[in-house]
Amino acid sequence: MPTPFEYAPAPESRSIVDIKPSYGLFVNGEFVDGHGTPFKTISPATEEVLAEVAEADEADVDAAVKAARRAYDKVWSRMPGRERAKYLYRIARIIQERGRELAVLESIDNGKPIRESRDVDVPTVAAHFFYYAGWADKLEYAGRGADPRPLGVAGQVIPWNFPLLMLAWKIAPALACGNTVVLKPAETTPLTALLFAEICQQADLPPGVVNIVTGAGATGQALVGHPDVDKVAFTGSTAVGKAIARSVAGTDKRVTLELGGKAANIVFDDAPIDQAVEGIVDGIFFNQGHVCCAGSRLLVQENVYDELLERLKRRMSTLRMGDPLDKNTDIGAINSGEQLKRIRELSELGDAEGAERWEVACDLPTKGFWFPPTLFTGVSQAHRIAREEIFGPVLSVLTFRTPSEAVEKANNTPYGLSAGVWTDKGSRILSIAHQLRAGVVWANTFNKFDPTSPFGGYKESGYGREGGRHGLEAYLK
Amino acid sequence: MTKDSMRIDVRKTYKLYIGGAFPRSESGHSYVVTDSKGKFVANAALASRKDARDAVSAARKAFPGWSGRTAYNRAQILYRIAEVMEDRRPQFVQALEQSEGLSASKADRALDGAIDRLVWYAGWADKITQVVGNANPVAGPFFNLSTPEPTGVVAVLAPQASSLLGLVSVVAPVIVTGNTAVVVSSYERPLPAVTFAEVLATSDVPGGVVNILTGSAATVAPWLAAHMDVNAIDLTGIAGDTTLATDLEVAAADNLKRVRRAPAAEPDWTLDPGIEPMTAFLETKTVWHPMGV
Amino acid sequence: MTSSSTLLDPAFDDVTRSEASLRRFLHGLPGVDQVGAEARAASLGTRSIKTSAKAFALDLAIRMVDLTTLEGQDTPGKVRALASKAMRPDPADPTCPQVAAVCVYPDMVATARQTLGDSGVHVAAVATAFPSGRAALDIKLADTRDAVEAGAHEIDMVIDRGAFLAGHYLQVFEEIVAVREACRRENGESAHLKVIFETGELQTYDNVRRASWLAMMAGAHFIKTSTGKVQPAATPPVTMIMLEAVRDFREQTGTMIGVKPAGGIRTAKDAIKYLVMVNEVAGPDWLDPDWFRFGASTLLNDLLMQRTKMTTGRYSGPDYFTLD
Repeated sequence: MPTPFEYAPAPESRSIVDIKPSYGLFVNGEFVDGHGTPFKTISPATEEVLAEVAEADEADVDAAVKAARRAYDKVWSRMPGRERAKYLYRIARIIQERGRELAVLESIDNGKPIRESRDVDVPTVAAHFFYYAGWADKLEYAGRGADPRPLGVAGQVIPWNFPLLMLAWKIAPALACGNTVVLKPAETTPLTALLFAEICQQADLPPGVVNIVTGAGATGQALVGHPDVDKVAFTGSTAVGKAIARSVAGTDKRVTLELGGKAANIVFDDAPIDQAVEGIVDGIFFNQGHVCCAGSRLLVQENVYDELLERLKRRMSTLRMGDPLDKNTDIGAINSGEQLKRIRELSELGDAEGAERWEVACDLPTKGFWFPPTLFTGVSQAHRIAREEIFGPVLSVLTFRTPSEAVEKANNTPYGLSAGVWTDKGSRILSIAHQLRAGVVWANTFNKFDPTSPFGGYKESGYGREGGRHGLEAYLK
Repeated sequence: MTKDSMRIDVRKTYKLYIGGAFPRSESGHSYVVTDSKGKFVANAALASRKDARDAVSAARKAFPGWSGRTAYNRAQILYRIAEVMEDRRPQFVQALEQSEGLSASKADRALDGAIDRLVWYAGWADKITQVVGNANPVAGPFFNLSTPEPTGVVAVLAPQASSLLGLVSVVAPVIVTGNTAVVVSSYERPLPAVTFAEVLATSDVPGGVVNILTGSAATVAPWLAAHMDVNAIDLTGIAGDTTLATDLEVAAADNLKRVRRAPAAEPDWTLDPGIEPMTAFLETKTVWHPMGV
Repeated sequence: MTSSSTLLDPAFDDVTRSEASLRRFLHGLPGVDQVGAEARAASLGTRSIKTSAKAFALDLAIRMVDLTTLEGQDTPGKVRALASKAMRPDPADPTCPQVAAVCVYPDMVATARQTLGDSGVHVAAVATAFPSGRAALDIKLADTRDAVEAGAHEIDMVIDRGAFLAGHYLQVFEEIVAVREACRRENGESAHLKVIFETGELQTYDNVRRASWLAMMAGAHFIKTSTGKVQPAATPPVTMIMLEAVRDFREQTGTMIGVKPAGGIRTAKDAIKYLVMVNEVAGPDWLDPDWFRFGASTLLNDLLMQRTKMTTGRYSGPDYFTLD
């Protein structure tokens, strides 16, 4: 009998990050005290308290918006694009230089595997700043008229699933176009945004151009509702997105919303099957399934169902779950106890509705928030686990018989963020991709992101695009 | 009395235009339309909540077919609308004289503007993709293309003052890209819209692509704004009514409709509209595909 | 054209009955998306193998090496030196395992066997007009028999890539069957047959997958990437496609086939990446010299250097390892 090849622990060192016991708000280029009730941010893998973070109340938000307005009027909107570009390039470079530190901090605060924060999140963050830096002095060529103008102060609210990457998606295009920003990171993952604030200082970014206010929903509401905010950009749940859309009604505020999804990942019988299995795994288990565009509904052509499921389960069994800082970890911790509760509730609903649960056998750590990679078979479109966004490592498997049935089921959702299609037949890819009502279609791949590629949804997945030339539209008039 | 002088006029009944047919309002209500001097012109159907519902169903039904047509074909059909309007010049001129109180020459120019605008938009059908779509040079072995696609069913509140040029200026950009429309016409000046509907019905425009409801935006629009199968709403027709506009925008949030907000005042329709009236009702779809052998 | 070989799995009789049926089968295998396959292989390459796992992997890799010399300038002296090293890779450390085999041309088999004696280190011989495979079948078979008679435990044959690329799959198939027959000894035993695809010439992963199935159905004991004479030789994605093929073949037939990447694997770090791939793609059953080999010449010294670093805690240098 061959000896099993047990990978020894390979933890990334934490020594590169210096987490302070407490953090203030970043307003007008300085860290200041908040006037709300400070809250604690914890490591979801261990429940260890990492730091105490200030809560911005309405007055703090107002101070941040005022600082942003001053910076907009006096400095940033007047600065030639080529000079704004240089600040953004500078920030991009510092992100690269401090990449390891950012990746480790992100994994500690968020629970995501270091392999992803190191290889996906942080490099993409730097790339995003690089990409938009180059636009800053070329906006007149963006196809939006000869003299595109910035909007003013942008109020930006981002989620906890990709804390730093979502920050980059928001801040880079806003600054490139000449806007100033007040950004609120999620309350469970504020630390990398605060480290980014330090990077802004390190880059000598003029005070007030970037302001970071920490807090929960109330802080976000204060920011979105602030009368001197010209532009609201939000990534998060569809419910909050709708509330924001209501709150800005009747104002002149411009809004972009990047919300939930329930993406179909369609596998035809002629798919490159091993890559399809990888794509399914990547589609739903990347980042613990905390991905708005996750391929959470697998639609398999019935005539390859058995074979595909067998391969999928075998592949899932090799996923390594555990310490986010271990370089061999594929699946990290669920970001919060609250999210874990929701994943559990929806999964139990799947059981109750008669779907069959299969999960990877693995020992879950006793501390922290964990949920094993799970799939449900025997799911129909009527099941809530096929309709509601679980935002966790839970895949619902459905079947189809014909291309038209696949498209019909894929589109049968109020969401429309992303979709996947797997087939070796080129003409079928183009036809199905055309019929899918989704903002991003991955054909024979999944969960790919790039600064040049617009991202955003149809229907209740929100409006506006982030990334690429299209991403400029949200920050120019 | 001669036989001729005894002849009674055959008066026209102005009806709604839904799914390619001209039904009366389901509610049975109509309202009096007067000319610019207050003189009775006709009774127009007063669209109800249920008419709006039927119009949305018709628009939804027409959407796959219309958005699935080639851009070239949609261009031809929009151009055909312009041709048929030319053919009906006297009728439109009369309607404009009555509705907007224009002189014959001004009505003629307004009609020219409407026809020219249609021709302008017709040409956009197979160009907008090239102008707002693009290939994205992603950092990896992937073919990555962003293309615009129609949002779906769009509710259009047509301008109150400019009953033909304004109407055409808000309807054409919606349908040229493949959306289907439910239009609420000018309340006081609905007749050019009804004539326009008759043109649409004879211009190869598939039934349901444009549905025209005559009546009150304040009555019908809330149902459209709240309708979960409407994807977008253009509030241009309630320019200046901030209270109604806010209410509609709040209702539209229920399914995150794309909202083209109401301007403070009705725009000058003779100006170059730019592409924003089209892009407001376009989605961007980005498709990734690996490049390998 | 039915194959009469008793070595073959009868399940494939229908498949190999005719050129047309064989073609249908091979072209009906699921396609391989190049980008996705390469991304997966690269991702497996990011595994971090440390401490006890690394020590295990280094020893296992040494045990999997087919220590190779395939040069026109090979001499008995060179082969004897290589064989000595195969038995005692690190003369300073008796705990260091021996390699799996030495791999030589047929005319050097006898010399190698003489040196290796009953050490347990096998002799593998490249045959069938290696490396191009451009010779008549009779000559290829004679080449094979010659090596077998000289005592080769293992025969590394090359497929006729020309025939494969021209779509003459049945010809390739029957040649493998014939070579396998030629591997028999009079005592009824048989030398193990490794079938080399020269994946650098087949170019596409679809072809690699087809060649894998073709060889497995024809009775190969091992499937091997390359001769080492064509670039690119072994690559992680090519090896991964072959590991998927042997995994799927066992799933379907119950028969386990070995995999041998050869050429281009020069560092311990690379070798460990391959072992990770074996572990996670084919499964731990393949983590054994009976089922996975490295065809290499310079790899061994790097494995030894890393092994010494593990045991002594300090970095070593090439002067402390034998160059043969």
